[in-house]
Amino acid sequence: MSLIRFFKTIFMIDFLTGLIMAIKEIFKPKKTINYPFEKGSISPRARGEHALRRYPNGEERCIACKLCEAVCPAQAITIESSEREDGSRKTTRYDIDMLKCIYCGLCEQSCPVDAIVQGPNFEFATETREELYYNKEKLLENGDRWENILAANINADSSHR
Amino acid sequence: MSELFIFFEQIYRILFLLVPVLVSVAMIVWLDRRVWAFVQKRRGPNVVGPFGLFQTLADALKYIFKEIIIPASSNKVIFILAPIVTMTLALISWAVIPFSETFVLADINVGILYLFAVSSLGVYGIIMGGWASNSKYPFLGAIRSAAQMVSYEVSIGVIIINVLLCVGSLNLSDIVLAQKDLWFVIPLFPMFIIFFISALAETNRPPFDLPEAEAELVAGYQTEYSGMMYAMFWLGEYANILLMCAMGSILFLGGWLSPIDLFPFNVIPAPIWLILKILFLFILFALIKAIVPRYRYDQLMKLGWKIFLPFSLIYVVLTASFLMYFDLLPGN
Repeated sequence: MSLIRFFKTIFMIDFLTGLIMAIKEIFKPKKTINYPFEKGSISPRARGEHALRRYPNGEERCIACKLCEAVCPAQAITIESSEREDGSRKTTRYDIDMLKCIYCGLCEQSCPVDAIVQGPNFEFATETREELYYNKEKLLENGDRWENILAANINADSSHR
Repeated sequence: MSELFIFFEQIYRILFLLVPVLVSVAMIVWLDRRVWAFVQKRRGPNVVGPFGLFQTLADALKYIFKEIIIPASSNKVIFILAPIVTMTLALISWAVIPFSETFVLADINVGILYLFAVSSLGVYGIIMGGWASNSKYPFLGAIRSAAQMVSYEVSIGVIIINVLLCVGSLNLSDIVLAQKDLWFVIPLFPMFIIFFISALAETNRPPFDLPEAEAELVAGYQTEYSGMMYAMFWLGEYANILLMCAMGSILFLGGWLSPIDLFPFNVIPAPIWLILKILFLFILFALIKAIVPRYRYDQLMKLGWKIFLPFSLIYVVLTASFLMYFDLLPGN
């Protein structure tokens, strides 16, 4: 046994096996993608950038119940609310500090009216910190921009809720 | 007037050698990363320029604009000198490398000795960098590097003696021409293997990259360096690797000689053959970087002193006896 081991060491059999394997691997298809030019598939449950959705008639979904604010483990959400003329309770302020947010998705789960959701967009890097303090206006704009995809994602995931 | 002419002619010749060497160092860094990535089924740098060829130039440009941080407690003169020494020593060795029968910058008749001496001096850049940083990780890295490079220098020296016994001359062009009939890689094959492994240790490449073992020593002697000074260490290291590949091709693979003296091969110009051989050895370097784990320090020392040195010494005796017995000694 030790003789075989000796000859294996002298003739570097293990090393040559590794080298041949490495040369074979070179010609196999690549496992990675050309990221900025091609992108991987994203699950409907992906937890990316936040958005506040509206009903189809343009009314904001959010009813200012503050469940998301309460559940947020990083305390990234700040909500202030008041009563509107027609008697409904609406938010006057809805801020998310995207730098504090840990993207856990608890706000989305806690929302009774599917107002705050996390969309599939993960490419929202900015050049200053201030741009990542999202306010209500920015979140609603996100919701308007991504509404089609957000609705489809919620629909696709609805049977598991 | 004529002195001025000679001066500018020399400058021109030096630039004609150095600029291609520096450009090929940049390309070789790209090739290294690319081969490494391909073995791991990644794509590697492929965005800057065609196939990502200009990635290294982009990196170098980035390094130029980075701030150079000099530690307050360092020995500033030596700290700044260290990367310059590394880079210079890596480049001056190229003066004696023969690219063809006529194309060699300095055809000195102790070429191989000069090459060996300069590559031994290479350890000074690393020791200076590690010591002048005045910080624990660079210092440990420098100590390891010194011990490692000195140990493997010994076996490289003995291997060179093997080749010299067959040639009878220290001139690199003579060494190449002596291989006209038979490349030394065939009769001295075990020596070629040991030379290659020692070259890996000499240039601090995996599996012998202990001086910069990132798991233990952050980045070894380069830890405190930043910006262009780091880039110079880095380019010097790759220039050294390229030089070791060139040395390997000249000593064992017949330098600028074509493998067979037949029609399609002997019309290809001599420098192309040398470049192809260097590339072949470098791709082996890169493949080995991808497949081997790092040696432990005591294993490294054991391999150098207890296996390589006795083995190459015995091979010197064998080669000498063989040449003596069959009356093949050069010069007779």
